[in-house]
Amino acid sequence: MRLEILDRGHRLGTKALLALIRLVSRQPVVDAVKLAFYRPDFYGGSDLTHEAMRGPSAWSIGDRELMAAFVSKVNESQFCIAAHSATSGLWYGDHEKVVATLAEVETAPIDEPLRATLRMLGKLTRGHSIDPDEMGAVLAEGVSRPQIEDALAVCLAFNITDRLAEAFDFSVASPAAMNAGARHLLKRGYR
Amino acid sequence: MTDITQLHRALVARVLDSDGTSPPGLRRAAFDNAGLSEPIRTLIEKVAYRAYSVTDDDIAAVRAAGLTEDQIFEIVVCAAIGQANRQYTSALASVANATGEREGRR
Repeated sequence: MRLEILDRGHRLGTKALLALIRLVSRQPVVDAVKLAFYRPDFYGGSDLTHEAMRGPSAWSIGDRELMAAFVSKVNESQFCIAAHSATSGLWYGDHEKVVATLAEVETAPIDEPLRATLRMLGKLTRGHSIDPDEMGAVLAEGVSRPQIEDALAVCLAFNITDRLAEAFDFSVASPAAMNAGARHLLKRGYR
Repeated sequence: MTDITQLHRALVARVLDSDGTSPPGLRRAAFDNAGLSEPIRTLIEKVAYRAYSVTDDDIAAVRAAGLTEDQIFEIVVCAAIGQANRQYTSALASVANATGEREGRR
């Protein structure tokens, strides 16, 4: 972590909570959690992320976690790729599907509407904007407008989170800690 | 469908307008990635377009220019939200445009 305040600058009550998390999970607290607990009255992006990832949607939780991992791949955020690949793979019960999607979305074993949506999210994340024609191509694959908007909410949350993870230099924790994090995200979400 | 409208509006308002340790003008400039001078300009430009390339030296330079850790935290958060926000807004406009055209053709 590049800013010491994100490691050790939490308020006393929060420090106690982080210690409790360490004790109960028997793992070090991952950097994403330290950020979420730092001055939540200023940043506090967790509620938005939770709604995008766990709110009611035609996309499954596994699909949205896959979108998060995919956007993170484009943004080259190693921490977020690892965290959300693990969570998506755990939800699907199929880690290979996640690996294949991140390796090559065009040949991955996923449905066409999801493929078209990931393609669009990748283009938006890489190029910072998207044409109506390209959006039309997603609609033509049978993806509804609410589904597109739900996917864009996931994309917004991770275009913020990936930038913070990289700028603040989140450490990729051990596989055991990342898997414990994935189980927590499926059980409790982001709040 | 999910509804982030209020949460999104509140997040942007919070980082731009709430009490912070950095001046609102600086936070706005970081959010817009515009009108900044070095070394803050380089850091914010990287956060907006290639956050993976931010280095310890980029942060150290901004610290040496007199910003506290909390001020750096705030402007980086603003820069990340600003760029993500521009992408999101552009994409929503394209969805409206694409669906409008479809409905118009019917």
